[in-house]
Amino acid sequence: MTNPRTITLPEQEARQKLKRLTRRGFLAGGIAAAAGIGGYKWLTSGGEIGGRTWQERAVLNANGHISEAYLSDSRLARTYQPGQIGFLKANGGYGLDDDDELKTWKLTFDPGAGVSPLTLQIGDVQSLPTHKMITNFCCIEGWNVITQWTGVRFADFLGKYLPSGHALPGYVYMATPDEEYYVGLDMKSAIHPQTLLAWEINNQPLTSEHGAPLRLVIPVKYGIKNIKRIGTIRLTDKRPADYWAENGYDWFSGL
Amino acid sequence: MDDSTQTLRLKHLLAIRWFHWVNFPLLSLMIWSGLLIYWAYSPYHIGSFHFFPDWFINLLNIKFHLAEGMALHFVFMWLFITNGILYVSYTLISGEWRMLVPRSPKAFRDACQVLLHDLHLRKDAPPQDKYNAAQQIAYTGIILMGVGSFLTGLAIYKPVQMGWLAFLFGGYAGARLVHFLLTLGYVGFFVIHIQQVVLAGWNNFRSMVIGYEVVTQHD
Repeated sequence: MTNPRTITLPEQEARQKLKRLTRRGFLAGGIAAAAGIGGYKWLTSGGEIGGRTWQERAVLNANGHISEAYLSDSRLARTYQPGQIGFLKANGGYGLDDDDELKTWKLTFDPGAGVSPLTLQIGDVQSLPTHKMITNFCCIEGWNVITQWTGVRFADFLGKYLPSGHALPGYVYMATPDEEYYVGLDMKSAIHPQTLLAWEINNQPLTSEHGAPLRLVIPVKYGIKNIKRIGTIRLTDKRPADYWAENGYDWFSGL
Repeated sequence: MDDSTQTLRLKHLLAIRWFHWVNFPLLSLMIWSGLLIYWAYSPYHIGSFHFFPDWFINLLNIKFHLAEGMALHFVFMWLFITNGILYVSYTLISGEWRMLVPRSPKAFRDACQVLLHDLHLRKDAPPQDKYNAAQQIAYTGIILMGVGSFLTGLAIYKPVQMGWLAFLFGGYAGARLVHFLLTLGYVGFFVIHIQQVVLAGWNNFRSMVIGYEVVTQHD
């Protein structure tokens, strides 16, 4: 049915026609509005996964997969000049409660797939080629600070400590020594050339609150993924748990 | 015209009405979820007026909902953008854009006269087609703003992988500011839009729902 552009009728009939059109139009509008409200209720009241409904989680995960597919080693985070460095506040203290841990700190690297874990000291990490970079640190809260980091590429770390012939699994799990804080990373982001295991911030050794002795710096992710005081690194084929993804946030959280 | 007849005229096509009414709740949700996100880091102010004052934050209960805001924003962005693309495509394919886009510099002078007329500072309004020049500028401007929100949104969403886009808007912080200002623009548009709809009356409003308007005698 195509609607005529104009309808001219005797006044009485026109009035009735208008009444019918009005009733039909507002009824359709009412049904559409009810459907919209119903749809919103459905979306926001399903069974929860990590503080989000499964429907929201499904979309966030799909967004993450698109982002991961688009992520490329050739697209680097912009780097800045030393004069542009700002002040980075220490924003998250989970897993940093006990400074006694620093005295006995070691890094456990578990390549997964039945390979026995390695125990590494800071010197084992620092023996790799050192990189300095000045990048933008973006907090999920919305602020950003330009910061300089010194560390080694995580890709180089894997190159050295992953047993040869061992296939690279899909994910990386990192946790603080007490496992209070932990992050899950897709391998593509983890081996991005600007992903560093770092021990210096702005040319100074990391303080305890910034994640001494070794933290992750990953400019292709929000700050929440830049885990401090790494105690364990584990490679896995299963998407690992992630502290903030269990508290309502997107698992991928990529930039 | 014969006194005993009345003419109904199809003013708004079905597709345009759907795009309009689907956009309304989607844009509202984008603004609302954006507000939940903005709260987590809300640095903007004009002089001593802070965006947003405490009474406003408390009234709407928007504290500590960052995760919820991000989830809603990144779910509904798909529907909001899809509806916008369909609307623009439809106006281009159907030819409706000719009514909606100001097509000569004269439109800006006409728009000023419409404004003066609306403010009762001028007796007669310039001759117009379906939409007057002020409407054309507003309805085209809002689409350009939508494009701006999409691009700045993308720049904030993926500031590293879309680094060139973020750079275009003055970096991450610049893109966030533009995204925020555009949102204030929508709210301003909404206020004026509602006021104009109220002034234009029931016949006009009804036509946005049912399509038809009653042609008044002096037409």
